[in-house]
Amino acid sequence: MAIADEAFAPQRRSKAQRDLLAALAIHSVLIAGALLMIYPLVWLFVSSLKTDTEIFSNASFWPSQIQFQNYIRGWQGAAVSFGTFFRNSLVVSTAAVIGNVFACSLVAFAFARIDFRFKPFWFALMMGTIMLPHHATLIPQYILFHKLGWVNTFMPLIAPKLLAVDAFFVFLMIQFIRGIPREIDEAALIDGASTFMIYRMIIFPLMRPALIATAIFTFVWTYEDFLTPLVYLSDIGLYTVPQGLRLMMSTTGQSSWGPLLAMSLLSLVPLLIVFLFFQKRLIDGIATTGLKG
Amino acid sequence: MSAAALAAPARAAAKAASGASVARRNRDGYLFLSPWLIGFFCLTGGPILASLYFSFTDFSLFNEPAWVGLENYKRLIFDDPRYRTALGVTLAYVVTSVPLKLAFALAVALLLNRNISGVGLYRAIYYLPSLLGGSVAVAVMWRKIFAYDGVVNDMLLWFGIDGPSWISNPDYALSTIVALAVWQFGSPAVIFLAGLKQIPPELYDAADIDGAGRFATFRTVTLPLLTPIIFFNLVMQMISAFQAFTPSFIISNGTGGPDDSTLFYTLYLYEEGFSHFRMGYASAMAWALVGIIATATAFTFISSRYWVHYGDR
Repeated sequence: MAIADEAFAPQRRSKAQRDLLAALAIHSVLIAGALLMIYPLVWLFVSSLKTDTEIFSNASFWPSQIQFQNYIRGWQGAAVSFGTFFRNSLVVSTAAVIGNVFACSLVAFAFARIDFRFKPFWFALMMGTIMLPHHATLIPQYILFHKLGWVNTFMPLIAPKLLAVDAFFVFLMIQFIRGIPREIDEAALIDGASTFMIYRMIIFPLMRPALIATAIFTFVWTYEDFLTPLVYLSDIGLYTVPQGLRLMMSTTGQSSWGPLLAMSLLSLVPLLIVFLFFQKRLIDGIATTGLKG
Repeated sequence: MSAAALAAPARAAAKAASGASVARRNRDGYLFLSPWLIGFFCLTGGPILASLYFSFTDFSLFNEPAWVGLENYKRLIFDDPRYRTALGVTLAYVVTSVPLKLAFALAVALLLNRNISGVGLYRAIYYLPSLLGGSVAVAVMWRKIFAYDGVVNDMLLWFGIDGPSWISNPDYALSTIVALAVWQFGSPAVIFLAGLKQIPPELYDAADIDGAGRFATFRTVTLPLLTPIIFFNLVMQMISAFQAFTPSFIISNGTGGPDDSTLFYTLYLYEEGFSHFRMGYASAMAWALVGIIATATAFTFISSRYWVHYGDR
């Protein structure tokens, strides 16, 4: 070994040089990978600015002339303007965020801070529902909402959030509340605060990071959800954005991909905004809790 | 737990001081729990039992459920070739997409775990597809990218390859959906990266002193210590892969075609339940899915005894 080392010594680069080369190699691999990852999205953006004929002729990557015709035609839609779909999605997603933040935090507070009877039993049941596939409850839920006359309204999309059905967020919040020193509640209790006041004035404000993570993920998942609106909403005026895209895809023929691609890109904008503002929180949330993201 | 035990005397004092009785704690506890309790009985726990009952009935929403015993399950197992197809498609999707996704995730996490600049930016870019990937918009885009006159074939043409019509060819349609899943490897990569950061640097120093090369270090230090995270990612990705719905629905335009090659389990369940209103049969399918996911998860847990290394053992 020693002899070999000496033999190669003159050709060996210094450590700094080797580090630089290694860094260069890693960066090139990472940059190439990153370009490949975002290429489909760039393609979507560029294509949305092309005319239909140009999308299909694939003459060049760049549009010969930038035109927003696709956005105008897509937004106008056929029977209903795409603005309606955005409004519906916004209403449902906002209600879902508010519902999850409040309902899940109330329930998490009960599990983390109040010693009530049979708590371990309920806790075990709640944890059990986290792993339950959504499809297993889909049909009885549909029957229930059908009997309540809520089919073709937003209620089936919102009510589960008001009832803390997404137990994962409850668990996330429980873990967070456990990190808040109990002495704070006890001091308040001695000062005569009620349980609700402790929740409202102490725990709720202190659990802000968990609430924000819940809000972001609830927004993204509700906004992207396709199955639930597909099952419950049949009136086009109530369609959410994913349904609107699906409607456009199945009604427009091969001739008009332009408006469809334009609306697809537009529908990603709320998600991209969330990404730009909360990117670090999203990624940290996934890294620390294993949320599926 | 130990912190709670230490705080116990203080809490007892506080309770005595404020006179918080057991009755009050029970009342408050159930009051705060009530949203979830209602949700549990009406929307999760209750329905799971209801769907078990429906799975033994013939039920179409417009008639009363009629008890048929094990008929639905018998049909699933013996007389429904489309169910078998759906099961096969889904299993093929799970066993290809999950390992590929995890392999890419691990590779990128290892690259990002070095002391290089711009890690935050790379992490964000690689994560972005995971955030957007579940949307209909991306599925629509994917359909166009893999069309006969799409981008993928344009690129293949540079290499002189005349690509097939990926979406409308039964041999390739499923692989486009697998590709869409693999493209979203960013979120498991983020979890891997967090796990890699947890590995104590002393272990790498020790390996270095022992003269272990880069590959030996990876095999004897990094990989064993990462197995709990690999296990976690594997279980989570597997469970969600079994339930994949949107990509197959959009890419096949709701049909599971061509030739049922993208007929995912959930797509067939949706079709039976909400297009044909065979709700009893769809309930049996849902319960079979619960059983399949539970079995797959149980096997993964059992196998973990042989390959997952926990630091405290």
